Amino acid sequence: MPDLAIQANGLTRTFGAFTAVDHITFDVRAGEVFGFLGANGAGKTTAIRMLTGLLAPSDGQATVAGHDVRRESEAIKRDIGYMSQRFSLYDDLTVRENIQLYGGIYDLSGAEIRDRTERILRRLGLERVERDPVHAIPLGWKQKLALSVALLHDPQIVFLDEPTSGVDPITRRQFWELIYETAHAGTTVLVTTHYMDEAEYCDRISIMVAGRIDAMGTPAELKQRAGVDSIDELFVRLARPTGDRAQHEART
Amino acid sequence: MNALWGLLRKEGYHILRDRRTLAVLIFMPVIQVILFGYSIRTDVKDVRLAIVDPTPDATTLELRNRFRAAGTFRIIAVVPTHADLAPLFQTDTAQVAVEFQPQFGQRIASGEVAQVLVATDATEPNSGSARQTYVTAVIQNYEQELRQRRGGIRIVPQLRSRFNPTRESTNLFLPGLMAMVLNIIAALMTALSLTREKETGTMETLLVSPLRPWQIIVGKVAPYLLIGFVSVIAVLLEAKLVFHVPIRGSVTLLLIEGMLFILVSLSLGILISARTSSQRVAMMAAMLGTMLPTQMLSGFIFPLESMPRVLQWIANAIPAKWFVVVARGIMLKGVGLSYLWPETLVLGLMTLALLVASARSFKVRLQ
Repeated sequence: MPDLAIQANGLTRTFGAFTAVDHITFDVRAGEVFGFLGANGAGKTTAIRMLTGLLAPSDGQATVAGHDVRRESEAIKRDIGYMSQRFSLYDDLTVRENIQLYGGIYDLSGAEIRDRTERILRRLGLERVERDPVHAIPLGWKQKLALSVALLHDPQIVFLDEPTSGVDPITRRQFWELIYETAHAGTTVLVTTHYMDEAEYCDRISIMVAGRIDAMGTPAELKQRAGVDSIDELFVRLARPTGDRAQHEART
Repeated sequence: MNALWGLLRKEGYHILRDRRTLAVLIFMPVIQVILFGYSIRTDVKDVRLAIVDPTPDATTLELRNRFRAAGTFRIIAVVPTHADLAPLFQTDTAQVAVEFQPQFGQRIASGEVAQVLVATDATEPNSGSARQTYVTAVIQNYEQELRQRRGGIRIVPQLRSRFNPTRESTNLFLPGLMAMVLNIIAALMTALSLTREKETGTMETLLVSPLRPWQIIVGKVAPYLLIGFVSVIAVLLEAKLVFHVPIRGSVTLLLIEGMLFILVSLSLGILISARTSSQRVAMMAAMLGTMLPTQMLSGFIFPLESMPRVLQWIANAIPAKWFVVVARGIMLKGVGLSYLWPETLVLGLMTLALLVASARSFKVRLQ
C-alpha cells in the first residue's frame, strides 16, 4: 500500500460553463480519516465521483490507491469501497441477502462470503434480523450494515458520501465509532459531511466552497489559525462572502 | 461469473417478492389479448336487419329465409311501409334494411324488373359498406338461382381466400396483437427495473463496483427474459385455445422467434432506462415508444402498403413490423426459417444494436 492513499493535483470538472470542482489539490495519507466539508453544491460529490471513477476529470490528475483515475479506473474499483447517502442497500432483500449480493459482485469466494457474512452479523448484532427485509430494520442498523457491506471486500480506501444525513445524533455518534474502528484496522476513510460537529472527529479536514478548497488541516490547526472556537464558526465565516479576509488567512 | 450469478439471484428476489407486479406482468398480456382480440374485429356478424315487405308473397318469404339462413343476419322487424323504417334506424334497432317493391313476386314471375332497396346505417362507413355487400350478395345469389331455373346457364362461382378461408379477422390481427402486447410489457419491465435502481441510488453502487456494464445489463435482461417466455407461451395458448388461430408452422420456431422479439423489447427498455433517470419518465417513454409505433406502423391493423413512402421507411425501424411478418408466416402460412430468415436477422441485429448502445450509455465515466 502506498504511503498516500489519494493524491489529487489540480483536479477540475466543468459542466458546460459551470465549474463544479475548480483545481483542487490535496493528499490523503493511508489510514487517515479525511473529512470533506462543504455546503450543498460546493462540489464534494463531484469530487468523489471523479475519485471513484464515475466521472472523468476535465483537467488535472489524481491517483487513488496508486492507480491513475483516468487510465486505471477498473483497477481503482477493486481497491475502494463506496457508500452513498442513500445507503445503497436493496430494501426488498434481506440483511443476509444484501451482504451475499455484494460479496458476489466483488468476486469473493463462497467460503469468504459465508465467513464474512457471519462476522458482520455477529459484530453488528444483526443475527436476529438476518432474514428480515432491509426496509423493516431501523435506520441506524441499516446505516451500519451499509458501511459493513462497503468494507466487505477489504478495500484500501472507503468513500462515504454524506453517510449520516437524516440520522439522529445518537445514531450518528455510534456510526462514527464504526468509522474509527475502520480506520484503526488500516482502511483509509474519506468522508463527506455537512455536519460541522462531525468534522471535529476527523484527523484532517478540507473545506470546499464553490468548487475550491478554502481551508485544509487538522481541526485544531484550522481553528487556531482562524482564531475561532469551533469548525462551525470557521465554516460560516468561509462560506459567507464577507468572510473574505478570514478565508485568506485560513487558506493553506 | 460469481458476480453475475449474484446479480441474477438478486433480480430473481426482486421479482418474486413483488408478487403483485409479477402477476400483472404475466397476466396483462393475456388479458389484453382477450380484450383486443374481441374488440378489434371487422367481421360482419349479427347484423340487425329490417325488412319492408308491403305485399308478402312466396318470393319475398323465400328471400327472407335466405337472410335468416345466412347466419350473418338477425331479422329484427318486418314492417309494411317505408315510413316505419325511420324510427328503427334512429334508435339503432336496425343496421340494414331491405325494402321490397310492392308486388315483388308478381313482377319477377311476369319477367318485369323487380326492385329492391338496400339501405344501410353508414355511421361507421367501413362496417356499413361491409354489411351492404353481405346483403347484396344474398340477393344476387338468389337472383342467379332464379336465372338458372329458367335459363340453363350454370355458373358456379368459387371464392376462396388463402390463409384465412373463413375471413376471420382475428387470424390476421392476433399475431400483431401478440407483438404489441409483448413489446409493451417487455420494454416496461426492464425500463422500470433499471430506473428504480437509479432512484434508490443502488445503481451508483453497482457502477462503482468492478461490475462491467455488460454484466449489469445481462443481470437485468436474463430474469425478465424468463418472464417473457412465460408470457409468450400464455399468449400463444390463448391464441390457439380461445381464438382458434391456427399454428400451421413449427411451434418451436415460433417460440424461439417470440423470445427473440422479447429480447429486442427488453433491450429497448434497457436503452430507455439508460437514458432516463426516473421511473415516471421511463414509463412514459416505454409506453409511447412501443404502443403507438406498434399500433400504427407494424402493419397489424393498417396495411403498410397503403401508407406514404416515408412512413413505410420509418416502419422498418420498428421491431414489431418484422415480428408480425414472422408470426403471421409461421402461424397462418406455415412457413419456416428458409422464408423468414431476413426478418429474423433484422430482429437479431436490432437486439445487438440496442444492447451495444445501452452498454455505451452505462460507461458514464467516459463522459
